[in-house]
Amino acid sequence: MVDVEVSLRVDGTDHRLTVDTRTSVLDALRERLGNTSPKKGCDHGQCGACTVLLDGRRVNSCLALAVAHDGATVVTAAGLAPAGQLHPMQACFIRHDAFQCGYCTPGQIVSAVAMLAEAAAGWPSAVTADGAGRGGGAVVLDDDEIRERMSGNLCRCAAYANIVPAVAEMARR
Amino acid sequence: MTITPRAMGVAVDRFDGAAKVRGEARYAYEQPVDRPLYLYPLTAAVATGRIADIDCGAASAEPGVVAVLTYRNATRTAAIEDGELRILQSDEVAFRGQFIGGVVAETSEIARHAVSLVRVDYEERPHDVELREGRGDLRVPREVQPIFPMDTAEGDVDAALASAPVRVDQTYTTAWNNHNPIEPHTTIATWTGDRFTFYLSTQGVNGIQAAVAALFELGPDRVRVISPYVGGAFGSKARPHADVVLAALAARLVPDRPVKFALTRQQMFSQVGYRPPTVQRVRLGADAGGRLVALAHESIEPTSKLQEFAEHSTRATPTMYAAPNRRTRQRLAALDVPTPTIMRAPGEASGMFALESAMDEMAIACGLDPIEFRIRNDAQRHPHFGLPFSSRNLVACLREGARRFGWDGRDPTPGIRRTAGWLVGTGVAAATYPVLRLPGSMATIRVGPDERYTVLIAAADIGTGTWTALSQVAADALGVRVEQIDLRIGDTAYPKASNEGGSSGITSWGSAICEAADRLRDELARHGGAVPADGLEVTAAMPENPHISRYAMHAFGAQFAEVRVHAEIGEVRVRRQLGVFAVGRVVNPKTARSQLLGGMTMGLSMALHEQSVFDPRFAQVVTQDLATYHIASNADVGAVEVHWIDEDDPYVNPMGTKGVGEIGIVGAAAAIANAVHHATGVRVRDLPITLDKLLPAA
Repeated sequence: MVDVEVSLRVDGTDHRLTVDTRTSVLDALRERLGNTSPKKGCDHGQCGACTVLLDGRRVNSCLALAVAHDGATVVTAAGLAPAGQLHPMQACFIRHDAFQCGYCTPGQIVSAVAMLAEAAAGWPSAVTADGAGRGGGAVVLDDDEIRERMSGNLCRCAAYANIVPAVAEMARR
Repeated sequence: MTITPRAMGVAVDRFDGAAKVRGEARYAYEQPVDRPLYLYPLTAAVATGRIADIDCGAASAEPGVVAVLTYRNATRTAAIEDGELRILQSDEVAFRGQFIGGVVAETSEIARHAVSLVRVDYEERPHDVELREGRGDLRVPREVQPIFPMDTAEGDVDAALASAPVRVDQTYTTAWNNHNPIEPHTTIATWTGDRFTFYLSTQGVNGIQAAVAALFELGPDRVRVISPYVGGAFGSKARPHADVVLAALAARLVPDRPVKFALTRQQMFSQVGYRPPTVQRVRLGADAGGRLVALAHESIEPTSKLQEFAEHSTRATPTMYAAPNRRTRQRLAALDVPTPTIMRAPGEASGMFALESAMDEMAIACGLDPIEFRIRNDAQRHPHFGLPFSSRNLVACLREGARRFGWDGRDPTPGIRRTAGWLVGTGVAAATYPVLRLPGSMATIRVGPDERYTVLIAAADIGTGTWTALSQVAADALGVRVEQIDLRIGDTAYPKASNEGGSSGITSWGSAICEAADRLRDELARHGGAVPADGLEVTAAMPENPHISRYAMHAFGAQFAEVRVHAEIGEVRVRRQLGVFAVGRVVNPKTARSQLLGGMTMGLSMALHEQSVFDPRFAQVVTQDLATYHIASNADVGAVEVHWIDEDDPYVNPMGTKGVGEIGIVGAAAAIANAVHHATGVRVRDLPITLDKLLPAA
């Protein structure tokens, strides 16, 4: 067992903490910092419930070791909007009832917010037509694009057919 | 008596929505506790046998390890009937992966590593894990729901089949499915003085309380179970499983320290039950006019040697179709495997895949449209009970679904529609689920002079929307606005409640709340109609329903699917699903729709993806993660439409509800399999429908 000190900026607050080198970013957030917004579903990078923005990009925080991210900035679903307020994506999820048990939901929402930025930056997905999005142009997010880009986040309650219109509503704004 | 819907029927956003979308709703494992310890389990590495020796020396010496738990130092628990909960009581191993110990440590990383340092020597015994029809030890299971017998028979099936001009005789198989809620089973257990406190993810706090009280021979008042939010369940969190016992045994070793225990995704495949695989034979005989004269449905399934569970796959069959000669048979083999359990629509989900596939085959054999064939054989009275239905709208669902789906003019010829390399087909199947009420629920209502009503019941919200819908029920039961209701659930400190399961929640808990509301009105009348300064409180139990002996009570539905099958590689894509349901009154159209939608999508997942691959050599599921056990992802799902018909049923309960959690999955897999046949001409009778089974079509 080796302990190391790391700094993390989480949802706008700086933290200095000592972690076991085996500790994932997810466990550092949940068990050391008490931020349980990202969820542990598989601890294996397969379900997406632990999705956070790590230095601005969506990642599975269960697959990132805290020791490897000293100085990183983390945004969880709890930090997308100020305390007591909702990010517009969160309001869309409620309006479309895009969840049931809510356990995958913070990960879905962080993923959706990041995904809109990826499409706006012209990043293609597996279903993007050849040539689309090249040269800095945004990818138009139709339902198939949303389905494809949101498939790293599993929902066992299977709210997918509500998640797609929730994200599409945000994409139109 | 029935209550007047004012709040019921209104689409309300779920009350816990804001907390959930921010991730601030705290699930069991996330409850703040002082100085927690972490438990990691030691699991058996043989299928059956006994532990010859355990060496815990290296694990105990690891810095940060507080206790190593084995059968040698575990609390002796009472000899209760449920063998699944009998862990760490001897050196015996009943299945591979069974809990045989654990390490309690200051961090989860230390606990997990220390478990790898425990050395176990086994004396292995041969195991018996193969389900097959010729086994001499197949037995009739005990009833799951007392009103539905395991075997039914009427008339002379064999003679009617022999003389029927049109016959179908096929065997259908369904796969071992695992629930896999995204929140694994989690517990925080604390033993303080003479009592336990649990934060736990469960479908029923009272069932956990009863099991722990029995095992540890404690009064129920010394076991508090709190289940604030539940991250999905689908049946795996209905009965107590061994994870709760292991956490409790660990807590006994470290008094006053909360012990946190979360199963890994891998452990979820052996510890918390599963839908058992089934082998089902369906025989149908029809006359020249397309009327069923004989219907036989037989199913064999595995259970464990520790505890019996039967997936009652033939349960729906005597409810569905009028046939003068009928037989259902249900058989079990007890194997050296983990114990199966209820999973969404247990019985109906697997059984209606078989029956509704066979009905499609028979419609084709009779040269009839599959909707017309079902309508011709619709039962007017319950074929087995002989009772009238409290309401039965299967035909209305089929007709409404056909209209909305665009069924008219469908060419039944299989394998002839092709677009851009894909074969296109459509399919239909019926759905049903009984209106179940589980005994034992009570509710307390308190009202103060401020006209705010506190409603207490130890019910569960596993994502179904109980908080919202049951508040709507309480508002109408009391004749007040839903904003005046403060509903509190998920805690054994409240009056006891039956499990969330079998689509029985609103029926059981809502009936208790309606009864309490009646009592409160009586109390108010005694006080001259005004709430006294110190308020009023009443408690009532769920009353009997006098209509149960007079009517058969069931929900019905119709499932439609449009699929595309790739002509070269056999890939199946479900473009469209449409369901129409007759489920009585819908309390909250928003959350009810999500339940039906979720059920239909889980049905798609059952049809195309889900299979826990069991290796008989090692007696374990080898697909122990979400990559190799694929559940439907967003990209697997196309357009899904959910509809219901207006159905006014005054007999089922005071709300007029029939339940919506289960029926969405029923028939969904058959509709997809029938559509695949229509697209390709290949009849797949073995779930899941994977590419290899369709390659002959390409």
